[in-house]
Amino acid sequence: MRKVHNVNSHDIRYFFVEGLSSMFTHGFMSFAAIGITVACLLIMGTFSLVAVNANATLAKLEQENQVLAFVDESLTEQQARNLERKLLQVDNVASVEFISREEAKDAYVAQYEDDPLFQTLDPAIFRHRFVVNLVDLSLMRETKAALERVDGIADVNAYEELSDGFITLRNIAAVISMALIAVLFLVSVFIIANTIKLTFFDRREEIAIMKMVGATDSFIRWPFVCEGFLMGVLAALIAFLLQWGLYSAITSGVSGNDIFAIIQIVPFSQIWGAVALTFLGAGVVIGVGGSLSAIRQYLKV
Amino acid sequence: MIRLKNVYKEYRNGTHALNGLNLEIQDGEFVFLVGPSGSGKSTVIKVLTGEVIPTEGQVMVNGFSLVNIAEWQIPYLRRTLGIIFQDFRLIEKKTVYDNMVFAMRAVGAPPREIKKRISYVLKLVGLENKQSRLPDELSGGEQQRVAIARALLNNPSTIIADEPTGNLDPARSLEIMTLLKRINELGTTVLVVTHEKDLVNRFSERVVMLEKGRVIGDGVGKYGVNVHA
Repeated sequence: MRKVHNVNSHDIRYFFVEGLSSMFTHGFMSFAAIGITVACLLIMGTFSLVAVNANATLAKLEQENQVLAFVDESLTEQQARNLERKLLQVDNVASVEFISREEAKDAYVAQYEDDPLFQTLDPAIFRHRFVVNLVDLSLMRETKAALERVDGIADVNAYEELSDGFITLRNIAAVISMALIAVLFLVSVFIIANTIKLTFFDRREEIAIMKMVGATDSFIRWPFVCEGFLMGVLAALIAFLLQWGLYSAITSGVSGNDIFAIIQIVPFSQIWGAVALTFLGAGVVIGVGGSLSAIRQYLKV
Repeated sequence: MIRLKNVYKEYRNGTHALNGLNLEIQDGEFVFLVGPSGSGKSTVIKVLTGEVIPTEGQVMVNGFSLVNIAEWQIPYLRRTLGIIFQDFRLIEKKTVYDNMVFAMRAVGAPPREIKKRISYVLKLVGLENKQSRLPDELSGGEQQRVAIARALLNNPSTIIADEPTGNLDPARSLEIMTLLKRINELGTTVLVVTHEKDLVNRFSERVVMLEKGRVIGDGVGKYGVNVHA
């Protein structure tokens, strides 16, 4: 029957103290290992948060459930208003609201009331339009095509391109982050593994003595695993704080800029838990993975 | 108890270190293992400590069969042995006491037991007043006594000493050998590998002579006088 040495609280304290001590002994290598892991986590986090916000913006656009149908410029206001009945007959249209070119101009100018350049705009450059509310957003593409077939409707703006843009952004963010994460993950594991190897080299005499007096393989390995674990946790903590600062800085910049008004910003307070857990999990996987990789190669006990 | 029966060991480079070695050491015995360089003494130690597996033959050490021993069992075999080397193998940056603690922690001993046991073994080797010294601050003989104390920490049934006096002057060598004899008298089996003929001849103990990987002499008496091939 295989004897099992039960790990007790004294052992656990010993493993962590040894791991921590080794981490400080190899200050530069530990710094490099933690630094590259922080970079990996930050890139992963940043691209993931871009994807999260792209999704939130998409959801916001979907909630608005509206399209704009622009009337042919050759039609008078009355002729334009008469299109309302035809539009209501289109499948999936819930309601329509007519906006004259005067009203459209006023709404546009109101956005730039402090800028004299926009105050003298000629309403003729705007078109009469209908705000069309849909029943089912998933049929937006078909509904848009049907609206475009109505005589007198020149163009339909369905946020479709905007939605597609955000979907593309989300997909690009996902692909880039996956590729970068894969590369940086491997680099992080490699650097942590090298740091652990240095520790192993430094402690080779101690390890030989431990083996001589009858220490089990797992007892010898645990301090190295703890060292990798601690580096991963520290990297996760640093990356989390940096991500928080970065996100706050970017979101405050975006929120205060009208150009980005369409972007739906998810407050950090809503996502910090998920970010922290993801960073912690990834940090631990990188740290412990690096340790195990070093042990497997260099600690044949 | 140690038993080697018809043991062969051939290394990868083709060296035949052991060639049908037969040796039996009963519990409580004190045995000198002697022989010229290349006679297989070091390989015997490595076989007994599980460092190398014999190519052929049977090896039993304190109830462990070392021919088919599983890797996970080797630490438990080593806990029944106290191993002493010529170069002491102490951790230079740790004090005598911390060297002891380190060895006991490595086998998961609880802190309360550690303190009690260290106090006992340091007293046994006469170093109770030097616990806080670093190895560098001790003489060679004292360092070897620390190594012996460390070997005794886990209460082994057998002490294996590989050239324990190789780095010491004759007076210190005699002191160490006398200490090992005293430990033997307390019931521990002691196997000392040495090539120091004069030292061996100062003790009337069993002497096993090796040459070319086999036993060529085995008996109680004087090495080179009445124990020979």
